[in-house]
Amino acid sequence: MKIRVNVNGEAVDADIAPRTLLVHWLREDLGLTGTHIGCETSLCGACTVHVDGKAVKSCALLAVQADGCDVRTIEGLGEADALHPVQTGFWEEHGLQCGYCTPGMIMASAALLAQNQSPSDAQIRHALEGNICRCTGYQQIVNAVQHAARIVREGK
Amino acid sequence: MAIKPVMVGERIKRREDPRLIRGMATYTDDVKLHGMLHAAFVRSDYAAGRISRIDATRAKQLPGVVAVFTFDDLRGKVGPAPCTAILPGMKHVPHPLLADGDVRYAGQPVAVVVAKDKYIARDAALAVEVEIDSRAAVVDPEAALAPGAPLVYEQLGTNLAVHLPIPNPDTERLFAEAHGTVSLRLVNQRVAPVPMEGRAVVAHWEDGPQKLTVWTSTQTPHGCKQQIAICLGLPELRIRVIAPEVGGGFGQKIPNYGEECLLPWISRKLRKPVKWAETRTENLAASAHGRGHVSQVEAAYARDGKILALRGKTIAELGAFASMLGPAIPTFTHLLAPGPYTIKAVSWEIQIVYTNTMATDAYRGAGRPEAAYNIERVMDAVAAKLGLDRVELRKRNLIPAGSFPYSSPTGAVYDSGNYQACLEKALAKFDYAGTLAARDRARAEGKLAGVGVATFTEICGLGPSTGTAPPARAGTWESAELRVEPTGAVTVMTGASPHGQGQETAFAQMVGDAFGIDIESVNVVHGDTDVVTHGVGTFGSRGLVVGGTAVHMAAQKILAKAKRIAAHLLDTTEERVNVEGGVFSVVGGARKLSFADVASAAHTWGVAIPGEEPGLDAVARFEPSGTTFPFGAHFCSVSIDRDTGELTLERFVSVDDVGNIINPMLADGQRLGGIIQGLGQALCEEVRYDESGQLMTGTFMDYAMPRAAMFPRIELDSTCTPSPLNPLGAKGIGELGTIGSTPCVVSAVLDALAPLGVTHVDMPLRSERLWRLIQGAGASRA
Repeated sequence: MKIRVNVNGEAVDADIAPRTLLVHWLREDLGLTGTHIGCETSLCGACTVHVDGKAVKSCALLAVQADGCDVRTIEGLGEADALHPVQTGFWEEHGLQCGYCTPGMIMASAALLAQNQSPSDAQIRHALEGNICRCTGYQQIVNAVQHAARIVREGK
Repeated sequence: MAIKPVMVGERIKRREDPRLIRGMATYTDDVKLHGMLHAAFVRSDYAAGRISRIDATRAKQLPGVVAVFTFDDLRGKVGPAPCTAILPGMKHVPHPLLADGDVRYAGQPVAVVVAKDKYIARDAALAVEVEIDSRAAVVDPEAALAPGAPLVYEQLGTNLAVHLPIPNPDTERLFAEAHGTVSLRLVNQRVAPVPMEGRAVVAHWEDGPQKLTVWTSTQTPHGCKQQIAICLGLPELRIRVIAPEVGGGFGQKIPNYGEECLLPWISRKLRKPVKWAETRTENLAASAHGRGHVSQVEAAYARDGKILALRGKTIAELGAFASMLGPAIPTFTHLLAPGPYTIKAVSWEIQIVYTNTMATDAYRGAGRPEAAYNIERVMDAVAAKLGLDRVELRKRNLIPAGSFPYSSPTGAVYDSGNYQACLEKALAKFDYAGTLAARDRARAEGKLAGVGVATFTEICGLGPSTGTAPPARAGTWESAELRVEPTGAVTVMTGASPHGQGQETAFAQMVGDAFGIDIESVNVVHGDTDVVTHGVGTFGSRGLVVGGTAVHMAAQKILAKAKRIAAHLLDTTEERVNVEGGVFSVVGGARKLSFADVASAAHTWGVAIPGEEPGLDAVARFEPSGTTFPFGAHFCSVSIDRDTGELTLERFVSVDDVGNIINPMLADGQRLGGIIQGLGQALCEEVRYDESGQLMTGTFMDYAMPRAAMFPRIELDSTCTPSPLNPLGAKGIGELGTIGSTPCVVSAVLDALAPLGVTHVDMPLRSERLWRLIQGAGASRA
């Protein structure tokens, strides 16, 4: 099937097998390997990307369902010299260890902050319930998102 | 020339992170090679049985399928992956890479399909027809020991792999003299390590250079190289193993499994690169599990609450085969049985048992959480018997601060400690008296509220090497090589294989300080056996203790040579050269040289010093003389909803002592992650099989992982008692959090339920289980 998807700000035309998962298309065909696969059952959140601005688990979506959509992956979130506030927060607050869940965590956190720039710790924990991290115990992730929220608020 | 500010001990942001937060890191599944094929495994649907037919005809006809292999293709060509922990007297059958006629656990690889893409490989795996004449499975380790139990290995005539009696004649005498005894049956349930990145392998045999390159998600790349060499009968010098970015390990990625040896064999056979990345269900079914102990623990105590002796019997599940270190893990449970207490004698008996389940192996803590759980439950039970406060009982039993090095009755030598100082700090931080009063007020209002305590020690920094046995052919030292460039920049090649611990940062802090150079001038390389020529890996909380010490030793060697070169350049004697923070000066003189000046001179022909080789490099290996014993005290408070059994963890305070710390931010990360992992076991995690051996927890829908909303903010503090066993004074931190947090929360739950007359609970502390206990208590009182 032919699809046209705007990926990280660039229109991409592709002809793909209908059963191709969005995460496999991003990783295997477009080489955007920053989006990770942790369970292939939408339960761990490692594959979280933004589709039309919403955090979506890309292992639970067919690539053809993204036809006509804007997809943003971790690679399109910030630049080396202009990190997204959530990326800065994760770096400053040691919000990651092995890094495998991190792109998904960052994308989910960025979607939260787009909705709520002053989340409570409880709201952050609730927003990240669909994302599993085995390394950090979540506390430094909460700190990272709070750090990012401060940057977002002060930047306004 | 100012002396640089010291970096060791500072909270320095990780150098690993820029690539990780931007999705620019390369994990094994991100490796893509020209012409690469994809493997998918056909796995047994049954826990026990005989394969009567495998027919791959239909699978092979699918377009894009390249090959299908079964055990018949491997027979006599590629050996079993060696187990390196075969205990003396252990009954053992080598485990084939693919099932050799019999299947012994659900999820065991039966065949492997190789195809041009992942989707085709998975289609073809489903198209391989496998018929298995199933037979009765044995899942419960206690049932496995019963007469007439189905046998995992008919040829062994028993499911008992090994029986290890570890008697101590003093135990019986102390039990006879005791004021009282307690006896508890304690289950340490089987859990899954669950690194977020599963295992993955890319194998690439190249005919030209006759070289096999294997990218794999491992904690031990050098061990992996050796295992592949043994398994394939290939000299190690033909093999390069690369552990690229590794997405967590927690012990599960120490062993080599069949897949890590089979993929290289396939690549060599097909002359093509081949990749396999396990699915989460494969990870839950066929990567090693942890814990799985059932212990009967008896304690004899004196009138004043002093614990005199322990008598224990542990049945440990080995699973369907001996994984690489699996059989060794339960021995730590005996070694650490007395915990941080002055117990005089310990007798133990360990039965390691085959069942038709996935093998168990090291999982964060590996034997010590089981030991801590046993002794902490015992402490609470004795306190209850004597009507003593649980903290007071512990105070009466903790090893006194002046007693180190302390020889335990199980043969461990605790390097250093001050358990009392740590406990006092935790008591103050938690406000123990105030929290107990608040608990009592809550109880008076009819609430179920509880306070938990655990004090613990553990064993870290593995080696020494004497513990390892053939065919491991490996020690537990660690290596470091430091290569100084003419500019004074330094490449550190470490045999440690960090996978989230942050040693690219910690080691750079150390080396930067040693030479007075910026952190940007230090590059830490790991996880490539062609670059880091020797190494052991990251496990057993040894990365800093053993790996870091090797880095320190190599740096000292370089400084010694640098001092000689500086003496030559400064026209003085070596004895008169003063080195501080990488600045070389003559005692009492004004001339100074930087580390870069000396490095440049070391490489420059014109200033070569008589008797010195050019260059400024050093190699070191650190063989620990003993193990380190971090320790800590945890407190928590919980409330339980009387109507639903739902547990709320209200506070958790951890004060620990890991000796000297290089980077407090990294140390906090290790602590927090470990604590939540330990709480995960206490609160929700459990690998479950049904009685036929079907895995019931094969996805995250059924295997309950700790999630963000379950926990309050963990409160941390520490004391510092350096280890005398290494120049860093480090004790190791990787596993610490998982040791005491598990019994601590169980302690709190039993405290909360004590007013109902509940004296026992098994983990996990899910609301259904607590609700039943509350209901049962209500019914028995009605």
